Amino acid sequence: LTIAHEFAYLAPATLDEALAVLAGHDGGARLLAGGTDLVAWMRDEAVAPEVVVDLKRIAGLDLLTYDEGHLHVGCLVTFTDLVASATVRARFPLLWEMAGMVASTGIRNRATVAGNICSAVPSCDAGPALLVHCAEVHLVGPGGWRVVPVAEWFTGPRRTAIGPGEIVVDITVPMPADPHGTAFARLTRYAGEDLAQASVAVLATTDHGEPAYRVAFGAVAATPVRAPRIEATLAGHPVDDESVAAARALAAGEIHPITDVRATERYRTRMCEVMLERALRAAAARRSGGGPAYGTPLM
Amino acid sequence: MRHTIGLRVNGEALVLEVEPMDVLLETLRTKVGVKSPKAGCERGDCGACTVLLDGRTVRSCLVLSVEVDGHEVVTVEGLGRDGLTRLQQRLLELSSFQCGYCAPGIVLAAAELLDRTPHPTRHQVQEAISGNLCRCTGYESIIEAVLAAAEPAGASTGGAG
Repeated sequence: LTIAHEFAYLAPATLDEALAVLAGHDGGARLLAGGTDLVAWMRDEAVAPEVVVDLKRIAGLDLLTYDEGHLHVGCLVTFTDLVASATVRARFPLLWEMAGMVASTGIRNRATVAGNICSAVPSCDAGPALLVHCAEVHLVGPGGWRVVPVAEWFTGPRRTAIGPGEIVVDITVPMPADPHGTAFARLTRYAGEDLAQASVAVLATTDHGEPAYRVAFGAVAATPVRAPRIEATLAGHPVDDESVAAARALAAGEIHPITDVRATERYRTRMCEVMLERALRAAAARRSGGGPAYGTPLM
Repeated sequence: MRHTIGLRVNGEALVLEVEPMDVLLETLRTKVGVKSPKAGCERGDCGACTVLLDGRTVRSCLVLSVEVDGHEVVTVEGLGRDGLTRLQQRLLELSSFQCGYCAPGIVLAAAELLDRTPHPTRHQVQEAISGNLCRCTGYESIIEAVLAAAEPAGASTGGAG
């Protein structure tokens, strides 16, 4: 029941205190937000930090706010917070739709969006959604503040661009230009709690009066990935049978799925084509004011 | 290094000595003596260890005991302190459980749902308990009881938990 290795627990009251703890432990410290990954990993002895630094006593990190066209997701904001936010539902329905599909209520109540992208497992649900939104990760560390685009955040399975002694403070998400529509398709082995076998996020927007698209896949490469060839092929075209067929034909070339306990490489590849089509059609229909209600499962 | 934490468990204020390595599930069962949260998968997948932390369901196997300093934990022992809730009565009447190992977690997950969504659809009930594995029943008997426990539209009497 208990965790096998010994560690110290600290709950600093300020970011400066937290940074000082990190600086004093030379990589031996791990940050704790919701703990749904970290505690499981410590139990598995996949990680064995000397000190666990709980961020939950630092005021202000749990704020979820919208101003000047940007959503600010503090590093303690949970998936339940996204689901419960009227602002997120109205202005960032892709994030709302994605958040409602993460694991189960008991995990969503605790797991944070920032923790999801810091754990950076290839199947992380926040990854594809934040990629198509061109979100930015704001960090503070020994060298001061810096901003990393989510496009440069994921560097490998469970690896990110975070540097030694740094803390992700918040994630900012710019509001896409209207008219736009989005969709998140997520495939699991069964309804209910399961990691994604594959996921697709689509943002259908308008660029100088022409249809434009951003597409990202999850769980089918070492990291969540954008699909630049699909985006380029679709640019300027409506979503119709012809453009969907062209996009589907490119899907296998955008991803590098593996075979594991949850699905085979072949199944993931074929399903990505199906999911891409459904997400494209839903996002384009929503861009026009129609389409299925957000939250309606596409798979 | 031991930590002294203060928390409320089922309404009772407690002061406990815990190690950083202690997980809430273990602390509740061995130090507090609350036995309804069960050790199942111990990695957040099965929901048997579910408790309410400040009114929201969490996996007590994934929460460090030191994290709950200053917070409130409720288990089914606390939920039913003044007699079975309407939800528990319906689960009992419909013989919703067999072995009962998942029951404390499912009762709390359903209570959280009914607290926030008094008139859930069948899909919402399924979604709410989807993080709680039951290997006996096939879930139908549980879903029926949760729907039966939901207040009829327009009624104002509480008691769903």
